[in-house]
Amino acid sequence: MTTEFSSSSSSSSPSDRRIGALLRHLTAGSDSDNLSSVYASPTSGATGGSVFAHLVQAPEDPILGVTVAYNKDPSPVKLNLGVGAYRTEEGKPLVLNVVRKAEQQLINDRTRIKEYLPIVGLVEFNKLSAKLILGADSPAIRENRVTTVECLSGTGSLRVGGEFLAKHYHQKTIYITQPTWGNHPKIFTLAGLTVKTYRYYDPSTRGLNFQGLLEDLGAAPPGSIVLLHACAHNPTGVDPTIQQWEQIRQLMRSKGLMPFFDSAYQGFASGSLDTDAKPIRMFVADGGECLVAQSYAKNMGLYGERVGALSIVCKSSDVAGRVESQLKLVIRPMYSSPPIHGASIVAVILRDRNLFNEWTLELKAMADRIISMRKQLFEALRTRGTPGDWSHIIKQIGMFTFTGLNPAQVSYMTKEYHIYMTSDGRISMAGLSSKTVPHLADAIHAVATKTV
Amino acid sequence: MASSMLSLGSTSLLPREISKDKLKLGTSGSNPFLKAKSFSRVTMAVAVTPSRFEGITMAPPDPILGVSEAFKADTNEMKLNLGVGAYRTEELQPYVLNVVKKAENLMLERGDNKEYLPIEGLAAFNKATAELLFGAGHPVIKEQRVATIQGLSGTGSLRVAAALIERYFPGAKVVISSPTWGNHKNIFNDAKVPWSEYRYYDPKTIGLDFEGMIADIKDAPEGSFILLHGCAHNPTGIDPTPEQWVKIADVIQEKNHIPFFDVAYQGFASGSLDEDAASVRLFAERGMEFFVAQSYSKNLGLYAERIGAINVVCSSADAATRVKSQLKRIARPMYSNPPVHGARIVANVVGDPTMFGEWKAEMEMMAGRIKTVRQELYDSLVSKDKSGKDWSFILKQIGMFSFTGLNKAQSDNMTNKWHVYMTKDGRISLAGLSMAKCEYLADAIIDSYHNVS
Repeated sequence: MTTEFSSSSSSSSPSDRRIGALLRHLTAGSDSDNLSSVYASPTSGATGGSVFAHLVQAPEDPILGVTVAYNKDPSPVKLNLGVGAYRTEEGKPLVLNVVRKAEQQLINDRTRIKEYLPIVGLVEFNKLSAKLILGADSPAIRENRVTTVECLSGTGSLRVGGEFLAKHYHQKTIYITQPTWGNHPKIFTLAGLTVKTYRYYDPSTRGLNFQGLLEDLGAAPPGSIVLLHACAHNPTGVDPTIQQWEQIRQLMRSKGLMPFFDSAYQGFASGSLDTDAKPIRMFVADGGECLVAQSYAKNMGLYGERVGALSIVCKSSDVAGRVESQLKLVIRPMYSSPPIHGASIVAVILRDRNLFNEWTLELKAMADRIISMRKQLFEALRTRGTPGDWSHIIKQIGMFTFTGLNPAQVSYMTKEYHIYMTSDGRISMAGLSSKTVPHLADAIHAVATKTV
Repeated sequence: MASSMLSLGSTSLLPREISKDKLKLGTSGSNPFLKAKSFSRVTMAVAVTPSRFEGITMAPPDPILGVSEAFKADTNEMKLNLGVGAYRTEELQPYVLNVVKKAENLMLERGDNKEYLPIEGLAAFNKATAELLFGAGHPVIKEQRVATIQGLSGTGSLRVAAALIERYFPGAKVVISSPTWGNHKNIFNDAKVPWSEYRYYDPKTIGLDFEGMIADIKDAPEGSFILLHGCAHNPTGIDPTPEQWVKIADVIQEKNHIPFFDVAYQGFASGSLDEDAASVRLFAERGMEFFVAQSYSKNLGLYAERIGAINVVCSSADAATRVKSQLKRIARPMYSNPPVHGARIVANVVGDPTMFGEWKAEMEMMAGRIKTVRQELYDSLVSKDKSGKDWSFILKQIGMFSFTGLNKAQSDNMTNKWHVYMTKDGRISLAGLSMAKCEYLADAIIDSYHNVS
């Protein structure tokens, strides 16, 4: 494709407001020194320019953009520790055996059709998901106080929940951890909520700033929404202890703060589905209300199928029924109804005792491999005599390690060692293997021993 | 399960067993706020803080999807579901295309992985979908002037586009046909894009109010977005003629409006993919910049897979690149990236010449069945209705739906007396009609039309 550098014809927009928007975007920051060609085709529009002239090139998403950059790198030693997608010891993506079995079952079923799901999604999937996260014996389920809707993985569940709260909840502020997953603030802002943060990570201890957390939540206006990572905090890997969770629960209930759990790693953090759901179940046990966003991207390896669920635990089944009807009004103008394939796979697995057990074994194997990578990396740094305390690598939980590296160090590791991670120093342990641990350890050693 | 600890003091915590009748959580507006202080481990069922969602009212059922729910609940054996636009066979069964089953088997055999798609979706799908719409050799494609991202069927694609309009064309209005698909307004409302209507349906002729349409498009503030149905207008089934499309393009260009096509039935209306894309291609020929939302729900029967695309035709490749990047920025906080399954099916079918040919044949079959059933319904009406009413509008309409001209009361009669389920605007889905039921339906329509006002 030939590039032509020509100045685009000015005053292309017919209305003042577009020129205004154009000026705002020009001053907000220019796009790269990319080509800016305007094809003067014989059939150009009447105005001669583009109505999109004022749209600038958006930067790549900070997390997903890491994979984009990684893909472009020709180096044979490149390592992608960006997005949290599980890799095998051979560095390959993994589709669980139990998922393949479920898919085969679905294909063999000649009665299967592709009719629109209801707006709330696959009903059986919804029920099984609620049981999975809340516990089959949960009183909230028994009392019919939970409404569950199938959504587009974790992101979609958070977005639908956020829009619902923005429409119907009296407090429009949500508190998110400092730091948190990069997409959280955008999701809730676009949902119509005001986003504030509460202290969470303590860089000096590489652990939880519990005092700061209690202070900030204590100072939040009563009724505020609070986003909680159910387990395996992203990006830090630092989770409260059970005792700390209990204190958080009491504080939140005393201030009427609304818990909104993000559960993206159930079973993936400790290897046990029940253990990883404990904080949520503690909150539900006290009879109070909460929201829970569930994702099956990691724990069932269903990333691209976009399977998740939003559950809202209410005080009564009557309220739950009304809440569900309003959730439908949020979903219908967004995408009408959710996709069937991933949810069907989950339903097949959760409803069948054998498949469920197989799943828990495969899940534990993934969690164990990650724990093993942590140990290997820690060991490798110890052997190299890398300066600093790296014990957080084995203390942190879940898919990620918050290395404590700064953006300059991260940049250096990418440039010199072709190691890709998010600029906050978060690495996905799931992307490591025994073969690649030495390379990563060398890189960390390099930045730890030189001034970058 | 651990028992909850009660702290003496201001916190009010519920013991485990909460019996509903002991709680006064009603909707009467009373405020049951009884704090509990427990001095022993005897748990008392007490009401504590009321629900935070107490004030939420029960939303009405969706006017379109709610029809199917009501139909399911009906036990009458004569019942007929002409509500939602989902294709049914002559036996009134849902239909999964053979070519879709083929593609799914291939995908499973190949052992495709389930990694996240990029935010913009499956590249092979995006390429295929733009080519289907414009034609593979079309200048807009050769010149890379189309920004395409995979979307959650038609609805999701419309919503992402609406969000782009809200962000980059603040204050701009979308002008939609009167009537239009019921969900269009909801989409623009939730996206906070103002809308108004252009005249479209003329109840006197049960046809197109073309002069009204042109006048209203002309009246709209310069630079408005004009929502157009590419083919098989929903709910009326009334499409402009090719000559009328030319005039519509003229007035849109005159006012520097931005066309926004909703293409949910490409191939399904006439049976031909190319013919059904004629309106879109006319606008592309003009060199205009415009939006097109696509859906594969009907033409590939992929309803529940939620597969579609938003295409933005721009005047330059550079603009298309920038627009695409901004579409991604909208999708990421909505659902991160789209579902892979439906996209792979489309890419496989379109990418393989044999399967593509098979798809075209199945699509012709589906469109053909609908045309046949239209004719049968018309014949039944003409033979049974002695009033001399002109029912030919049924034959002139195209696509899945027919706008019967029945008003709300008459539509209610169809349901209440005849157990025929349809939407209140008088729309029936011919896709849900069998030859065997045409006479029954004709009776119902004639009765509702003549005996109810």
